[in-house]
Amino acid sequence: MADSTGSIGLRVSRYRPGVDDGPQWQEYDVPLRKEWTVLDALNHVKNGEDPTLSFRWSCRMGICGSCGMNVDGEPRLTCGAFLGDYAPGPIRVEPLSNFPVIRDLVIDMTDFMEKLPRVKPWIIRDEEMSIDEGEYLQTPEELDAYKQFSMCINCMLCYAACPIYGLDPDFVGPAAIALAERYDLDSRDQGARERLDVLIEHEGVWGCTFVGECTRVCPKHVDPAGAIQRYKLKAAKESVMAFLLPRGSR
Amino acid sequence: MLTYRRLVSKWWWVRKRTYFVFVMRELSSIFIAWLVVYLLVLVSALSRGEAAYETFQDFAEHPVVIVFNAVALAFVVLHTITWFALTPKAMDIQLRGRPVPDSVVLASQYVGLAVVSAIIFWLVTR
Repeated sequence: MADSTGSIGLRVSRYRPGVDDGPQWQEYDVPLRKEWTVLDALNHVKNGEDPTLSFRWSCRMGICGSCGMNVDGEPRLTCGAFLGDYAPGPIRVEPLSNFPVIRDLVIDMTDFMEKLPRVKPWIIRDEEMSIDEGEYLQTPEELDAYKQFSMCINCMLCYAACPIYGLDPDFVGPAAIALAERYDLDSRDQGARERLDVLIEHEGVWGCTFVGECTRVCPKHVDPAGAIQRYKLKAAKESVMAFLLPRGSR
Repeated sequence: MLTYRRLVSKWWWVRKRTYFVFVMRELSSIFIAWLVVYLLVLVSALSRGEAAYETFQDFAEHPVVIVFNAVALAFVVLHTITWFALTPKAMDIQLRGRPVPDSVVLASQYVGLAVVSAIIFWLVTR
């Protein structure tokens, strides 16, 4: 423990279904090491002091998107939240807001998983090219057009940060709309019309009131808030065109 | 599956500075609406002659109206600053195939505001 500089407290939200009526706080003391993240601290607790503590994690390098939790009230990937930044503590660790809690820090993501395919996040073609015709080619500029929105790792931090999703769980939500934009901007895709039909509904883009928190907490700089506002412009343009032009010329 | 659902508190918007600013920004639209009505009433009074305009002036000089208008002005400033700041996010402007930087979009709005203000100032004071 050469690089340890004392210890720091963790206040962890615990919920054991069937035993607890609601979440309760439990305090742990962990070594305050410069290179340790909140996830390292949780693993330290689980491997020694308390093997019953439950949380999700996998890659511990900001790629898999499984270790999202509320750290001191802010949605964070715990593998990127360093203990030193929260000294002297204690650090409050809670499950992501706006989702039902299954146990301790594990949330139920069923709603998110059900919403993602609704925006049809795959390449839609009017007519598929045959394999003999070769691959769909794309220039670096065409790739740049959607690349930012393709960086989403489905960590759901944006849903935890979004007060609209908290108040109205029917809202499709930031990540799903950003993903729709990712495919709309893809030069190989022709499905913008189909996605707009889903997102033009009230629970689609119009549910968003541009709080902007989704963009602020996104660990991958996807900018879902930007994607949603651009979608609103598209939807508004579409409505004006539908009003002004006869069906055939749209 | 047994899960625990946490309820959103009525006071969620005072718990974080960014949430609070957002709610104040939304609230500012009420004051914008008030100032629009105020302006319409002013124009209507002007068109109805001197007596009507004097009645409007008496109303406008009332301390309660002055305080309310001062608060409204503060909210209009907040409204302008926050919406100007959000505009580059909503607009994806390309110039010769390159995205226009956020700072340029932001600055052009303030330039536009300054130009319109200068024209109105000139109209009123000439």
